[in-house]
Amino acid sequence: MLSISNLHAEIDGKAILKGLTLDVPAGEVHAIMGPNGAGKSTLSYVLTGRQGYEVTEGTATLDGEDLLSLEPSERAARGVFLSFQYPLEIPGVPALTFIRTAMNAQRKARGEPEITAPEFLKLARTTAASLKIDFEMLKRALNVGFSGGEKKRMEIFQMAMLSPRFLILDETDSGLDIDALKIVADGVNAMRSPDRAMLVITHYQRLLDYIKPDRVHVLAGGRIAESGGPELAHALEREGYDKYARAA
Amino acid sequence: MSLASALKTGDVTQLPSKRDEDWKWTDLRGLLRVLPPPSQPFEGEAPAGPFAGLAGLPIHVVNASDPVVVRSASVEPYVVALHFAALGGGSHSATAQIEVADGANLILLESYEGDEADYVANADLKITVGVGARLERIILVADGADAVSVSSAEVNLGAGAQLVQTVLTDGAKRQRIETRVAHPGAGASVRLDGAYLLAGKRHADLTTVVEHLGVDGTTSQLTKGVVRDQSRGVFQGRIVVAEGADRTDARMGHHALILSDKAEVDAKPELLIFADDVQCAHGNTIGAFDENALFYAQQRGMPEDVARALLTEAFVGEVIDRIEHEGAREVAKAWAAQRLGL
Repeated sequence: MLSISNLHAEIDGKAILKGLTLDVPAGEVHAIMGPNGAGKSTLSYVLTGRQGYEVTEGTATLDGEDLLSLEPSERAARGVFLSFQYPLEIPGVPALTFIRTAMNAQRKARGEPEITAPEFLKLARTTAASLKIDFEMLKRALNVGFSGGEKKRMEIFQMAMLSPRFLILDETDSGLDIDALKIVADGVNAMRSPDRAMLVITHYQRLLDYIKPDRVHVLAGGRIAESGGPELAHALEREGYDKYARAA
Repeated sequence: MSLASALKTGDVTQLPSKRDEDWKWTDLRGLLRVLPPPSQPFEGEAPAGPFAGLAGLPIHVVNASDPVVVRSASVEPYVVALHFAALGGGSHSATAQIEVADGANLILLESYEGDEADYVANADLKITVGVGARLERIILVADGADAVSVSSAEVNLGAGAQLVQTVLTDGAKRQRIETRVAHPGAGASVRLDGAYLLAGKRHADLTTVVEHLGVDGTTSQLTKGVVRDQSRGVFQGRIVVAEGADRTDARMGHHALILSDKAEVDAKPELLIFADDVQCAHGNTIGAFDENALFYAQQRGMPEDVARALLTEAFVGEVIDRIEHEGAREVAKAWAAQRLGL
């Protein structure tokens, strides 16, 4: 599925990723943990093609196809989805309009027909119900005036609607109380499948109690400093990131 | 000093110039060295204008002849479409008098169009809205690229009257749309909105002056602009709260998107407050596209052009959604979509 090799990236000439190598096979959930400033969000932005993040060396492929040469929208059409740490407010665009525009743009890019209005609304209603989202909320401008928890839930809603193949969750637990966290985690877990993979970026182990990773990686100093099973997350919770910070 | 008096006398020194503070960004004296001769009377079928199908009474004024007078005493909303066309070059002077009787309700769908000639057009409107009366005025201006045009309205409101207005324009070579409101307070309310969507070398100036003369008046204003290429948008909004006009509530917002390095927006929001007990606020933002929002939309799958169009339409949509007359709102939506290349 996702294969990253010796990835170097910089922002404004400052090197952030320094030779990151990572493989996430289909069907697996991998967690990326690490101290602040380790490059966790940078990794998510490099994979999704945000402007200003310059790749200087290395490769990133999805099912063998080079991701880094594609436009952000082309990557999305191939199934790459980023749940933002800080979802944007989009004044004047109702959530449903935003998602439908995105969905049809993806379909067009893949050479598929547009979704019809009744099909779309039906899908939106059932998806909203499963995530305990009030349907009326979807008629309001996307994320405008929403609480932190509501914004995160809207990210998961968009993810469920767009049904991506490779999911990146960037600090999805931040700003969530325990009830909201459970709903979000249920939504994410419902998407686990043999032909999907996920990269869960988090600072704390808490989220991983609800979204169980197959593998845990520590990102420090711009590269993977250690990899292990789920038990690694618990060790990090006990011992902190100090030893990696020193090593970096 | 006005375009009207210059056209009347043929004296270019009567034109407002950049030395007049209120015209510093829309200099006519420096632009017009000579005034074109008065236009010829128009023969043929008058163009219908964008609102004709929505009106109980469509009025067409081509190349400006006699003054138009509209008087309404209808308590039920009555829709009048007033269309000014400037065709075949030359100079055009139009005047109109709009009277909404006490307690009456008028929807005035006002529109302007011009051809590709380098015409000079002036329209002066005198509007009175009686006690407890209501006027909804939607102004859609579609001048030619080489046109110089000024449209000025002076509005007198009665106690408890309501004025809601939306100006929509894509500019001209030089263009000014001005609204002056004498606001009596006394429970009267004013909403003055505007949207300018400019491209090429077009220029639009939306100027408003609201004078609150008595207690208990409200005014709310929202103007939005999108400028591309080498175009230039001007917003001048002045709200004066006279001495003793207490409990005035006045809010003004102007927000512009600049989509090219060579485009320009000049804004002058002014609140002149001589009363003590008032609530007044203004907000003014001028900036480039929100790159974060753009990336967010792209990450969801929208190609850059689709994302930009969606976000720009939403930006302008806030003004258009405030138009109450449904038919006019649909015309405005289609107008904006076309101007934004959707």
